[in-house]
Parts: sequence; C-alpha cells; structure tokens
Amino acid sequence: MEESIQRDLPDARIAPARGLMILAFALGLAACASSAPAPAEAAPRLAELEALYRARQDSAFLEVSEADVAFMMGMIDHHAQALVMSAMAPRNEAGPALRRLTARIINAQRDEIGLMQRWLRDRGRPVPEVDASGTVHAPGGEHAMHMDHELMPGMLSPEQLDELLAAKGTDFDRLFLRYMIQHHQGAVTMVHELFATDGAAQDELVFKIASDIQVDQTTEIERMQLMLDALSQDGRNP
Amino acid sequence: MTRLAPEPVRSARHATRSIALLPLAASLALAGCSSSQPAPMTAAATPAAPAALRPLRVTAPSPDPRIGLRAGLFDAGQAAWNVRLVSTTPPAAPFVGVTNSDLAFKGNYAIQGNYNGIQVWDISSPARPTPVVTYVCPASQSDVSVYGNLLFVSGEGLTGRLDCGTQGVDEAVSHDRLRGIRIFDITNIRDPRYIANVQTCRGSHTHTVLEHPGDRDNVYIYVSGSSSVRPAEELAGCSGLSPNEDPNSALFRIEVIRVPLAHPERAAIVSSPRIFNDLVAPPEHGLAPADLAEIEAARRSGGFVVGQGDRARVVSERRYAPVLDSIMEARGGMGAPSAADTAALRSILEERFGRGRPEPSDGPAPGPTQCHDITVYPAIGYAGGACGGYGLLLDIKNPAEPRRMAAVSDSNFSYWHSATFNNDGTKILFTDEWGGGGAPKCRDTDPMEWGADAIFTLRGTRMEFQSYFKLPVAQTSLENCVAHNGSLIPIPGRDVMVQGWYQGGISVFDWTDPKHAVEIAFFDRGPVDPERMRSGGSWSVYWYNGVIVSSEIARGLDILELVPSEALSRNEIDAAKSVRLEQLNSQGQPKFVWPNSFALARAYVDQLERSGAMGTDRVASVRRTLSEAEGRSGASRSGVLGSLARELGDDAAGSMDATKVRMLADVLRGLANGG
Repeated sequence: MEESIQRDLPDARIAPARGLMILAFALGLAACASSAPAPAEAAPRLAELEALYRARQDSAFLEVSEADVAFMMGMIDHHAQALVMSAMAPRNEAGPALRRLTARIINAQRDEIGLMQRWLRDRGRPVPEVDASGTVHAPGGEHAMHMDHELMPGMLSPEQLDELLAAKGTDFDRLFLRYMIQHHQGAVTMVHELFATDGAAQDELVFKIASDIQVDQTTEIERMQLMLDALSQDGRNP
Repeated sequence: MTRLAPEPVRSARHATRSIALLPLAASLALAGCSSSQPAPMTAAATPAAPAALRPLRVTAPSPDPRIGLRAGLFDAGQAAWNVRLVSTTPPAAPFVGVTNSDLAFKGNYAIQGNYNGIQVWDISSPARPTPVVTYVCPASQSDVSVYGNLLFVSGEGLTGRLDCGTQGVDEAVSHDRLRGIRIFDITNIRDPRYIANVQTCRGSHTHTVLEHPGDRDNVYIYVSGSSSVRPAEELAGCSGLSPNEDPNSALFRIEVIRVPLAHPERAAIVSSPRIFNDLVAPPEHGLAPADLAEIEAARRSGGFVVGQGDRARVVSERRYAPVLDSIMEARGGMGAPSAADTAALRSILEERFGRGRPEPSDGPAPGPTQCHDITVYPAIGYAGGACGGYGLLLDIKNPAEPRRMAAVSDSNFSYWHSATFNNDGTKILFTDEWGGGGAPKCRDTDPMEWGADAIFTLRGTRMEFQSYFKLPVAQTSLENCVAHNGSLIPIPGRDVMVQGWYQGGISVFDWTDPKHAVEIAFFDRGPVDPERMRSGGSWSVYWYNGVIVSSEIARGLDILELVPSEALSRNEIDAAKSVRLEQLNSQGQPKFVWPNSFALARAYVDQLERSGAMGTDRVASVRRTLSEAEGRSGASRSGVLGSLARELGDDAAGSMDATKVRMLADVLRGLANGG
C-alpha cells in the first residue's frame, strides 16, 4: 500500500467545474447573482438555476469518448444475451432458487439496457434496440447483426446457447450457472478493459454504470458459484 | 392409465406487489469465521412486548398521496404525512446539475458532499439554511465525515485530481489522480484547508470514521472501495489479481487508515484486514412461508417433492407421469400404482431432479472482494459491514484489526449496501441497494423483498433474520428508487428510523417489533423530469439535533420536522429533541442517552397508553401527578416525583410492560434527584 501525501494543496473554492466555463458564458450566468427573493442570500432565481441545471446536464452530452460509446454499445448486446439465457428458466424447469436468480437478472439487466440506450440516445449515437425476447436489433433497423460475439468476453457461442436450450431441470440449473458465471466474468472483464483505456469513464454515468456492473456481477458470480457448489455437493452426498 | 392425484400446487404468495416470483425469504445465516462466542450483548433494554400489548397501528392516508405527484425540478408536487418540510435550499451554482451525496454534521453546520466538491451550510435556522462555503474539488462520491476539526472526503471516480482541478484525468494511468481520502482542516470552517491525501488501490466509495474509546491520540478510517483496482504503475503495490495469484491483492480486503490527531497530515494506511477470508460456507437458505406452503400442498396431495432445503422442488405431473407409466409397464401392472411403484418413482425422480452429478468446482475465489459501507458502533464494540453478497458483524475492539464474528446472506438481496444498529445494539438493519441507486426499483412490478431493508436480531453474535421493510408505495419508472441511507431518530423506548429512498422520498418507520416494521411518516416529491428518468431524490437523510436533514441529489438541501401523530406523540418528539450531539457521521453510530426530563417521562406514559399496558385511569392520574410536580420546585417537586416513582416501581411487576414502567420510574427518580 503506497500512500502519497500532498501538503499545501491549492484552495479550489473559486475554480470552475469541468465544462462549466463555456456554459457560464453561454448562459450569462457566470455570476449567478440575482435580486430575486430566495431562501439564501443573493441566490439566483429558481428559473435561472433550472436553466443552469438543464444546460449542465446537456453539456455532459458534448464530451463523448469513443471508448465509452463502444462500451455502452457492446454492453447492451452483452446484457441482451443474459436476457435470452434467463428467459429460458421457466420452460426449462429451473428450480426455485434459479428462477429467482433469473427473474432478478432480467429485471436488473433490462433496466441497465434502458440506461445505456438513453445514454447513447442523449449523445446522438445509434442505439441498439432489444426486443422482449432479448434479440438485438442493430441500429438502422436490420435484424440482429449479431456483432462478433467472439470479440466480447464471456458471450456464449450459438452452440452453447443451443446446449442450454436443450437442458432441463437440474441439468439446466447447473449449465445455466456455469454459463452465466462465464458471461458475467466477461462483463467484468469489459469493465476492466474500459477503465484501462485512456480517456474512458470520465463521464459520471459511464463510471457509475461500469462500476455497478462490476460490483453487481461480481457479487452475483459468487452467489452463482455457491449455488453451483451446492448442486454438486448434493450429488456427492446423497 | 391411472394417474396419481394431480398436485394442486398453489403458491401462498403474500406479497401483494410481487410479480410471478417465489418470494423466498431466504436469510441464510452462515457460521461465523471463528467460533460462536458467548453473548457480549444482552437484550435487557429491549422492550419485549408480551402478546397482550397492542401492536402499533396507524391509519395511513388513503389513497396514498405519493401517487401521481407532478414532476418538476424545483416545482414538483409534494406529499407529506406526519412530517413538515421546513425548508428547501437549492445548491450553490457550481453544484447545480451535479450529484449531491452524503451528509455529516458539526455544531450548527451541515456538510454536504457533491460530485464537484463539498458544500457547508449553517443550519442554525432550519427555515433558512445559509451557505457558508462552496469548495470545488471534484470526486465521486464525495462521501463526507467530520471528526473535531478534520473533514474527510471520499474519492473513487477516475476524474478526481490531487489538485482539485475540474478538467478530469484523461490518462488511464496518471499521477495526478486522487482515489482515496482527502483530508481537510476545518478549524475555520469558512476556510477549509486541504492538508493531505491518502491514496488507496480501489479508491474510496465510502468511508467510516472510528473513534476508539481507549485511544485519544488517533482516529481510524475504514475505507470501502467498490470500483476497480488501480494499475501498479499509478499507485505502487496495487494488484487486482486474485489472492491465490498475488498475496498482496487489493481484493478481498478493506483498508484501515490511522489519523494521528496531532499530525493529521501523517495519516496513513496501517492495515488491510482480510475480513472475508474463509467466507465459503455454502448457501443454506431457509424457506419462506410461501415456499413451505407450496411444498406442503404438493406433499399433502401426494405430489412429489424432491431435493432438500432451498433446492427442494415440486415435480409436476407432466414430468413424472411418463416415468410412472414406464415403471408400471415394466412390471406389466394395471390399475392404480402400488406403493412399490411410487417408491420406485420417487427414487428415479430424486436421482433425476433432486440432485445432480458431482462436478468439480473451478470457479472464482469465494467471498466478497470489498465492502460497500461499514457502520461502526463503538459503544458496543461492533460494526455492521455491508459487503458484496453478505452482511457482516465485525468486532472492532481493536480498530486496526476488525474481526468477522458472523455473516448473513439472503437470496433476495442483490447488493448489501449499509447497516444501522438499533440503539440497544440488539438489532441490525441492512439495506440492499439493488440496481446501484440509478434505477427505478420501487415500481409496482418490483418485489417488496428486493431493494429493501432486512431486519435482523442480534443474539450474542448471531444475526437472525426477522423481516423485510420496503417503501410501501409504488413509484414511477421515472424515479430512481431503492433502499438508501438513513439514521435512527432518538425516540426513547422505541426503534424509529428515517431513511432516504432516492426519488421514493423519505420514510420514517418504527421497527421496534422486528417482524413488523410500520411506516409512520413520509415525504415525497414527483419525478425530477416528466419525460425521462433523471437522477434525484434523497441520497441521505439523518436526524440531527431536532431536525431531519436530507441531501437531495438534484434539488439541494431539505430540512423537515416531525409532526405529532397517533404513532408519535409531541412528548416523544420533544424527548428526541433533548438528545444533542456535537457532531454526527451516521456511519459512526452514536449511542443516544436521554437526559431526564418531563418530556421523557411523558413519552413513556404515552407509549404505555398506546400499547394498552397502562389503563386509562392510571394514565390520567400519572399525567396529573406529573403536571402537579412540574408546577412545583425543589423538595416539594422531588417528593411528588419520588412518591410516584415508588408507586410505579410497585406497579411494574403486575404490568404487561414491566420494563417500560421501570424505565418511567427511573426517569422520575432521576428528576426527583434533580438530574
């Protein structure tokens, strides 16, 4: 553990925030002073603050890293496959614990897909659409171009998907857990690759989504590993 | 062909808002790492309610006014019940549109973290908080804590800079980056001086300041970092490999910083305890009533239930019928299946569905790799750690070497986020920040067991699951909502907590009965934006010296006050206000001590009346005597109080709530003795 100590650091009370200067000029809000009545002294009117709020939120759309865009596009496709896998559980007679797990994966990853789509849409980027079955429709309307899955860590091959589709009951549980661990580990790898890229994840939302994916899926990998171990132990100790 | 009777498997779902999921309340208690030590804590002070006491009942407004609130940033519709919004103060201009985060308190000041820095407010006048200083120094999440004249701020995001610059850090490896703890001297709070940093391998998502009663020279900081490990080129010694590959891995550990109070600039990491070691027990999920009912129904109707515990499953007729057919065919049987047929079927089904073939496990290393947050409760010597898939109980009597005493997991919990003890240290409440706080997890389609609080009792070092509590009103898909930060409200004799649910608003609930938490007050706004989800709502809400202070992600600082209701009397609120703190970091939980006061005595009387433990006539006479005593002074007052205390002492044994009657008598004795 290294520590670095820095003394006499600059007082930063007057420094403008990242991207703020341009906005302040654009909006003429540099001083943020106003004579309107407000709770705090010299506070600007709420309407002005709201304009500043909108402008600042929108300004985040201007600085876009291509690494972030690629991550979001790829992760939508990656998440979509988790939906496809999880949707198999009821018909393939998964056990109750696994059904609970898959229901949560569907809920969580569908919401995250929505967040990532919005992020891309806000920045005027092409947005992959994901239908109810988890099929990805590439931007532009062509059906499921299916990007190079081999290029994305953890993605199941078509053969693996077929194998999972054919498994029933406990066999399905076991295979699902193995493949979803592989799939989640791939997502965690994608996060690590993102963070190792210059200029990436400076965007607050990208950092948050990537960090959340990392912690949520790492936690879920561990839970799935315990479930898998339990299935195996049952077999060893009848 | 004769079939076995079909299985009328009906799920006894009780959660009205669950979708088609089995709400398995599987709280699985994992054996602690070492031994089950004798109980260091006892539940003596917890008012254990005999069956005859009336449970807390409230009449919540119907329809719920939180539904259908108008959207808006500064003009959203509002709903309040048993609380009153005293003030809302928008952020200072540099922080508008940037996430407000956690809160800490010192004296009359509230210190609010923001992803762009820190904001200090003077809240002497709750109706008009005044900005004291807006210090721009970006880092997420800017989790804040105070200790004396020191202010600590967490940095985790990749944009945090050592020089507080706002330009971010574009390079993946950079020596300009700050991920860890910033330390400020706030001797003059109007002019914070940035005096030191402690860099850590995973940054600091949250942190917790720990005072050790036996160490006046230092404070300790537990750092929880939940993001990726920095490259060694950026911070020497950091390794993201698994501990098998590198014993110095930054994973599977927390960092402990020691801050010498005389020389805070010498703050440094003193240990990196591996509190997750050997956390490998397999899941032993307990089954929820709904699951047990399903399995029992199947059993009663002659159906097949195979496997054990959480792996138990009902085999449907569709699946077992062909097997039974083949068994009967093989013996050339006709008519109803015999007992031997059924036994053969059971054996085959057990083999096929109940358990699997052994399979070597070559999966990832077990155990969480980090904590999200740790709440220390020095008064009892324990901490609650919310760590990945586990809730941990840690012994912190040696601050630099916390030891894991017990761990719980729960298949309904996605991500353990934070912990709060009750004041007696006999219960612990964990939150599940399912979806990370950026997602709308309180929709009517989201199960009530997910993204909720889980309440455990503490019996010695054993945590026993009691119930879930989730914001009891659905929110829209435009509102990020999940269990988040809160604190106890010092209502004497009860466990009452206020909690932020992001755009789900603020909820006050009573969890004195750990099996039935009851919401008793709320405040909520409509979504920030009518068209799309934008982040907003209460990040943290804490009780501090008589008021409820909430950090609103988008809207600034909210201050609220409790309004008396059937669930909370004026006397109980006054007694809560009598508890004064010099500072507060909610993750460093203070033990509340109530000064003896007439409000405190009357609060207990109100509670005895509410629960039915004291009859109407007796309540009236006790109240009369209290008023009489309050009107007197000196020896005369002492005489009246002492006499009432003796009477109540005699009453106690025959009371349904002897504990509380004795607590009341103690207060009176204290008042009689002038204290």
